[in-house]
Amino acid sequence: MNKPNIHTISVLVANKPGVLVRIALVFARRGYNIDSLVVSPTVNPRFSRMTITAKGDPETLEQIIKNAAKLIDVIHCGEHDLTHSIEKELALFKIKASYAAKAFINKHSRKFHVKINDASQSYLIIEQTGTTAELDEFEGLIKKYDLVEMVRTGKVLMAKGKEST
Amino acid sequence: MTKKLSKTTSILSINGAQALIKCLESFGVEYIWGLSGGAAIPIFDALVGSKIKLILVRHEQGATHMADGYARATGKPGVVLVTSGPGATNTVTGILTALMDSVPIIVLCGQTISPMLGKDAFQEADISGITMPIVKHSYLIKETNAIPRIIKEAWHICQTGRPGPVLLDLPKDITSAPFTGITLDPEMDIPGYKVPPQPHKADVIKMAKMFKGSKKPLLLVGHGAVIARASEAIKKLAEKLNAPVTNTLLGKGAFPETHPLSLGMLGMHGTAYSNKALINCDLILSIGSRWDDRINGNNNEFCVNAKKLHIDIDSAEINKIVKPDAWIVGNAKDVVEKLVKYTQPLDTKEWLTELAYYRKEFPLKYSNDKGLTAQYVIDCCYKVTGGKAVVATDVGQHQMWAAQFFLTDHGNDWLSSGGAGTMGFGFPAAIGAQFGRPKELVIAIVGDGGFQMTLSELATVFVNKLPVKVLIIDNKYLGMVRQWQELFFENRLSGVDLEGNPNFTKLAESYGIKSFHIHQVGHCHDIMQEAMTYHGPCVIHAEVIKEGNVFPMVPAGKSAFHMIIEAPTEKLEKPSGST
Repeated sequence: MNKPNIHTISVLVANKPGVLVRIALVFARRGYNIDSLVVSPTVNPRFSRMTITAKGDPETLEQIIKNAAKLIDVIHCGEHDLTHSIEKELALFKIKASYAAKAFINKHSRKFHVKINDASQSYLIIEQTGTTAELDEFEGLIKKYDLVEMVRTGKVLMAKGKEST
Repeated sequence: MTKKLSKTTSILSINGAQALIKCLESFGVEYIWGLSGGAAIPIFDALVGSKIKLILVRHEQGATHMADGYARATGKPGVVLVTSGPGATNTVTGILTALMDSVPIIVLCGQTISPMLGKDAFQEADISGITMPIVKHSYLIKETNAIPRIIKEAWHICQTGRPGPVLLDLPKDITSAPFTGITLDPEMDIPGYKVPPQPHKADVIKMAKMFKGSKKPLLLVGHGAVIARASEAIKKLAEKLNAPVTNTLLGKGAFPETHPLSLGMLGMHGTAYSNKALINCDLILSIGSRWDDRINGNNNEFCVNAKKLHIDIDSAEINKIVKPDAWIVGNAKDVVEKLVKYTQPLDTKEWLTELAYYRKEFPLKYSNDKGLTAQYVIDCCYKVTGGKAVVATDVGQHQMWAAQFFLTDHGNDWLSSGGAGTMGFGFPAAIGAQFGRPKELVIAIVGDGGFQMTLSELATVFVNKLPVKVLIIDNKYLGMVRQWQELFFENRLSGVDLEGNPNFTKLAESYGIKSFHIHQVGHCHDIMQEAMTYHGPCVIHAEVIKEGNVFPMVPAGKSAFHMIIEAPTEKLEKPSGST
């Protein structure tokens, strides 16, 4: 499902200033490009979760994970395999309103989990929730309808079963 | 000391800076090396009347190396105190030096008042941001009452696990404000910090099994073995296995270099016989070394036929350079002690005979035919002192010659900037070591180049009446770079001629420090004898031949196969490895 050399890393961190910089430095130093990064609260207000997708070779990734885990503010850090976890991402697409566009969206709303969220001033804002691959696919299709803006949250992920994320 | 304070007394009597100093006192801190400045005045004020002795340095870099030298020589963390802005940025080199060599230091930096943070206040520098990639951990303190917890965490973090520098960025309003907390000994809050546990028996047994049938084992000891004080355990293991031991530059003393099983230092400028051992071994066990590029050279050709075993306290070192056949993450002493139990003696008679042959055929050597050599001067120093000294070196040719000729028998007796290769380190590091071990002979072996980077600390030596001996190996060049330019760049010398050196003996005297001058082979031994037994600090200016080269040499990026044992007669290709 994942493209080769794209990795999803989940990092549980102490809620302290500077922690994002420290993590970003571990990636940047070793030439890893961060594709998306989501920082979000957890059940315990002392901790935050970072979900990072990044590109690079697996050997470097091992070093990155170990060096991130070594940071004092990191509780744990690990790569997640998408067969053992649930991944989701949310996107907003702004397109010029047209009958064709509306018809297209209505036709595909179920398949891509999309809905029109706003339809003011002859623009439509479409919301989509799904896997990164689903969002990529829909983005490819919606481009044909005067796509003006796009915002994506980046991937979040949760480990299945009793394994912790 | 009572650590519990009632709220009322704390409000009346103590501010953040005083809380900080009281905590450091309770840890048993003896010295703080520092240089004052506006944003740090409250902390300097709190030191008035403290049992911690403040040592005023002449440059903040010197303070960091003194704390570093103290820590390496004693095993206890060194503490530095500087002001904001340039005071703080001047510590950067020292922090990197401590990080690269895993040395526990705490750097306390004054900072502008917190409402002015980020507003380009006078002497403001984002020192937590600047140092983020080179600290083990750092804190920008926003709350006075958090000071005791943070300094306790810093003290714990800097010296446990793989040690390293911790920086505290202390805004002036935070250190000046009343401390209203209830205790100076609060709980730490570092749930993400884990120190490796005792090694698992199963892992030790697995590693011990690897030794079975090995005919040519080699133990490689590094700084991790020194830090863990694993010497005794390593000696037991080496003697039980009958295995030769080689050490990295920073591993000097982790296994006595005068021991018959010791091959001395390996790597780029290691002994020929240790590098021969590296090429020919069938098993290599690294104890607290990180397979640095100075010893590894070229990973594809590194010990290709040997089983590789790795003991390191830092899991990130496993698989970083070398993929080991077995490894254990843990404290070197704990692991090796257990390993001794599960290993059996090996038949290494032939192997030791082979190595004895190399030792005889390719010894470390020098000749004074062309004049006084640095090697001879250092050899004299070693012989005169019987090796009973703490030696701090700077970086360059003299460092390699000192590593080769000044044998080290005890960990903590050899202080050298290995990872960072920081020129200017040796002299202040020796000062720090002398503070920590006041009764012992401490020698700084430095080059004429590096010494000039931190020589202002001669004042610190004089003021504190420290009997440090400074041996300047003066070849009037930045010699190691000159050597590379001679060997690999058709002797096109660029930026290496130290024309304009001061008269080092007069320089020392102008600081009120005794000096000696060595420039002839015949006088070297006697003058060295006099200098090393002199009561008080002295500078020994040794003028050696200008164009001496360090051999053996493994060109950077090459494996030990390509070792050059003596001065080459043909042109060499440019090295591919890093520096």
